[in-house]
Amino acid sequence: MPNLFDVIVIGGGHAGCEAATASARFGARTALITHKLSTIGEMSCNPAIGGLGKGHLVREIDALDGVMGRMADRAGIQFRMLNRSKGPAVWGPRAQIDRQLYRQAMQAELADYPNLTLIEGGAEDLIIEGGRVAGVTGQSGRAYRAAAVVITTGTFLKGVIHIGPRRIPAGRVGEAPAIGLSDRLYSLGLPMGRLKTGTPARLDGRTIDWASLEMQPADETPVPFSYLTDRIRVPQIACGITTTTPETHRIIADHLDQSAVYSGAIAGRGPRYCPSIEDKIVRFADRDHHQVFLEPEGLDDPVIYPNGISTSLPEAVQDLFVRTLPGLENVRILQHAYAIEYDYVDPRALTYALETKALPGLYLAGQINGTTGYEEAGAQGLVAGLNAARAAAGQDAVSFDRAEAYIGVLIDDLVTRGVTEPYRMFTSRAEYRLQLRADNADQRLTDKGIKTGLVGSDRAEAFHVKHRALDETRRQLAALTLSPAKAAAAGWTVNQDGRMRTALDYLVHKDIGFDHLAAVWPELVTVPLPVRVQIEIEALYAGYIERQTEDVAALRRDEDLVLPAGLDFAAIGGLSSEARQKLQAVRPATLGQASRIEGITPGALTALLGHVRRRRAG
Amino acid sequence: MVSGVRATIVALSSGPPPAALALIRVSGPGVKSLCERLLTCGVPEPRHATYAGLNDAAGALVDRGLILHMPGPATFTGEDTLELTLHGGAAVIEHALAALTSHSNVRLALPGEFTRRAFEAGKLDLTEAEGIADLIEAETRAQKAQALRQVDGGLSLIYERWKRELQELLALIEVSVDFPDESDAPSNTDGPVARRLEGLIADLQSALGDGGIGEKIRDGFRVALIGAPNTGKSTLLNRIAGRDAAIVTPLPGTTRDVIEVRKVLGGQIVWFADTAGLRKTDDLIEAEGIARAHRAARDADLRLFLIDATAPDLSVIASGLRLPHDLVLINKSDLARPTLPLPSNVSRETSAATGAGVDALESEIAAFLSMRASEVEAPVITRARHRARLTDGLACLTTARAGLADGQGAEFVAEDVRQALRQMESIIGSVSTEDVLSAVFSRFCIGK
Repeated sequence: MPNLFDVIVIGGGHAGCEAATASARFGARTALITHKLSTIGEMSCNPAIGGLGKGHLVREIDALDGVMGRMADRAGIQFRMLNRSKGPAVWGPRAQIDRQLYRQAMQAELADYPNLTLIEGGAEDLIIEGGRVAGVTGQSGRAYRAAAVVITTGTFLKGVIHIGPRRIPAGRVGEAPAIGLSDRLYSLGLPMGRLKTGTPARLDGRTIDWASLEMQPADETPVPFSYLTDRIRVPQIACGITTTTPETHRIIADHLDQSAVYSGAIAGRGPRYCPSIEDKIVRFADRDHHQVFLEPEGLDDPVIYPNGISTSLPEAVQDLFVRTLPGLENVRILQHAYAIEYDYVDPRALTYALETKALPGLYLAGQINGTTGYEEAGAQGLVAGLNAARAAAGQDAVSFDRAEAYIGVLIDDLVTRGVTEPYRMFTSRAEYRLQLRADNADQRLTDKGIKTGLVGSDRAEAFHVKHRALDETRRQLAALTLSPAKAAAAGWTVNQDGRMRTALDYLVHKDIGFDHLAAVWPELVTVPLPVRVQIEIEALYAGYIERQTEDVAALRRDEDLVLPAGLDFAAIGGLSSEARQKLQAVRPATLGQASRIEGITPGALTALLGHVRRRRAG
Repeated sequence: MVSGVRATIVALSSGPPPAALALIRVSGPGVKSLCERLLTCGVPEPRHATYAGLNDAAGALVDRGLILHMPGPATFTGEDTLELTLHGGAAVIEHALAALTSHSNVRLALPGEFTRRAFEAGKLDLTEAEGIADLIEAETRAQKAQALRQVDGGLSLIYERWKRELQELLALIEVSVDFPDESDAPSNTDGPVARRLEGLIADLQSALGDGGIGEKIRDGFRVALIGAPNTGKSTLLNRIAGRDAAIVTPLPGTTRDVIEVRKVLGGQIVWFADTAGLRKTDDLIEAEGIARAHRAARDADLRLFLIDATAPDLSVIASGLRLPHDLVLINKSDLARPTLPLPSNVSRETSAATGAGVDALESEIAAFLSMRASEVEAPVITRARHRARLTDGLACLTTARAGLADGQGAEFVAEDVRQALRQMESIIGSVSTEDVLSAVFSRFCIGK
């Protein structure tokens, strides 16, 4: 029987949407199977996209023609560029999102997407033939055959919700977990672990005393996520800011034994950077307040997301402590907070293409791999979807390295180091962050996206126009020269050494911007703003990026040293048993990857390298 | 060779024969099988001295002796190890090594291979491995003490501490970069960052400002012989060396290149350098020799300025090369004893030809160098490799300090600190971004 599809994506969350659209853009006949079409693009937790490191991921997804950035631009109700006071390498685009607008935008986008079929229904099992994935069996028992399958089921694997002493098996509040599919994954013998995360209560905004609260407005000029969005048309709103009080802390401390986390009912590890309120109170006992952001979930939606007070305390205690926050004295809770515990697959069982090493043709993306966050999920979805489609077409896997993209940092961290808590992106995870900026994601990635079949013609055209303009302007600036004496006459403070400098040289100076150049050379006045900004930023970091070239070259040398497939790490003499176990667990593809495995010493690398050389010689 | 399987290595670990005893060491996966085939006792009980015989492959007895079997991983190399103490004759040793290496995939060890295996097994870090090499080669007590401290991880401790401090510093910067919207995390950490930077810069400067004592204890101090032609520099060098190291003729300008002689004085290694006589010359070769003499003088820890007692010319000591602690030698004291306007605390009379005054000179040099060596207690830098990395690291930190003072973005300061951290890790081992994040989370309440 011929395959109806090349690639099937299970799950319609953020990983699933990017996986399905990436596969479809590549040209693969793609199906997305999900329980309810109406929850495609749902934001189950924080109604926001972007932030430090995360905003970078959104830009990269967009540069590769993914959907998240464009959808967020249609649904963002409070755009803020975080870290404006610092340099552009660490600016973090972030937006509060209208959940309904986002869902609608995503569903409309997917409904019309070429090569993509949406199927409503559960996926009960995988079809496996000859040691490969051959499709999916739906809940109705119907077989959907495909060359590759991407699973993006989030927290649905043995998900258990905890509210105080209550345990509810569930994937998301009100939705059943996926049991059949999990059984299949367990039977594959993939290494699994357990993680937890939490979500705060949802509040009725009509019962909040907004007038008493400090408000945080949106940026005056919202900066879009997508390179294809010219400007934001959604009305912008403000968020409220309140804090916990000593009374809040007292109530929580008094009821700690009823918290699912503190009573020992939850075994999984939670994220350190997104601690529950009981965690914060226990770990930072010296603080008498913690900040809480009151974030509207939509323009016409009374639901408020109180950012900073996730908890697994019982409902009655939640009712009690939430009302001790200023402005929330009379608040009504629409849905109580809960913690959720779920299984994840140790991502060290995956290749850089996010394919399981145990079962060819099976790809995993998103929270199932131990990450948290829509952006991290979307980035993985895109890589898994692209590679599933390429594999179905008989083409090589594509991956990104740490000097190229945050996507590369994300996937390398996952498949090399595994996770001990839900993994979130930060800019400090990127060694080469001065070149991995949100402003140049298109310059870094779109060309590669075009070459790997991931970028559509509209974006390719827009990219080529900007790329040509940048090249042209760089050439122009390198050809314009000025003596220091004339520069001084223009009011610039520069070293009076008599040496002629180019416009590009002058731009490196802290106090000289593109406008100054345009004042001296009138022909520069016509250079479009995005090009000016990009070139200014390049000049700002030029010295540091130059210095990193050698590090990047060293990184790539080690990445080029491919370890033979099927290398028996247990047989390498001289390694400590700890090092051997770690290598065996990850099965690194390159010497570079091996060097980043936690606990692998320079000595162990020497032994590994020696072994590989001997094998080659012998 | 069998593809990929690591060889078992064998070496004579004690000194060359003949000697009373010989220690032969074996390490690798083949140890057990060697015991089974070649020892009369089979596989000896681990960590018990066993008296047994060693046979060769044909079953002929090589010798009897004490055998110590230590199964890995709790051994120096992390591998199974065997130590055989046999009689120390050349024939015994030759036969024993031949018997052991006749086995398949057993071979003689390369120089340093046991230590290299210990390093590969994670038993030692780089500085500790270097320490072992130094300990083996140590000739002087000062060298031995320094190497031993290094083997025991004394240097690792200090570098680890700096590494940790750099990580914490980086965490402090990163918290303001990655968590800008958190009132619970400090949004501006410039103050504490500046203080910590200052502390680290001072630490590295003081380590680097050790006058290179660690490297000198390891590699030797330098003493340069400087003077006009024919003042007896080469004769003095030969006298100190106790052999004809330098060519001596009555012709001025005989010495062209710098000639070095190594000697242990007062528990320190000292390199004495004979140099070309300083004078004006049109001879290209001699001019290059004189340039080298100037370099040798500048690089030396101590300079000996030689004056010919029979034709005193003091211009050389006014040449700008002389430091207050340098010595002036009125040489050829057997031929003349002129009265010269020189302070008595730095001038000495010597006769390189007869040896008069040379012993006293050597004692004085020894005392001076001992004093120099004790100026820095437990130097942190014992190799040029360490110095180069620390110097680069310090440069990064001073750039970071300037950037901070200049109001540059935190991302620049962080990058400089990250570079400094990379230098430190190249001395001992690696740091990952996860280590930095752990430092962030253990100190700050992050939770938006």
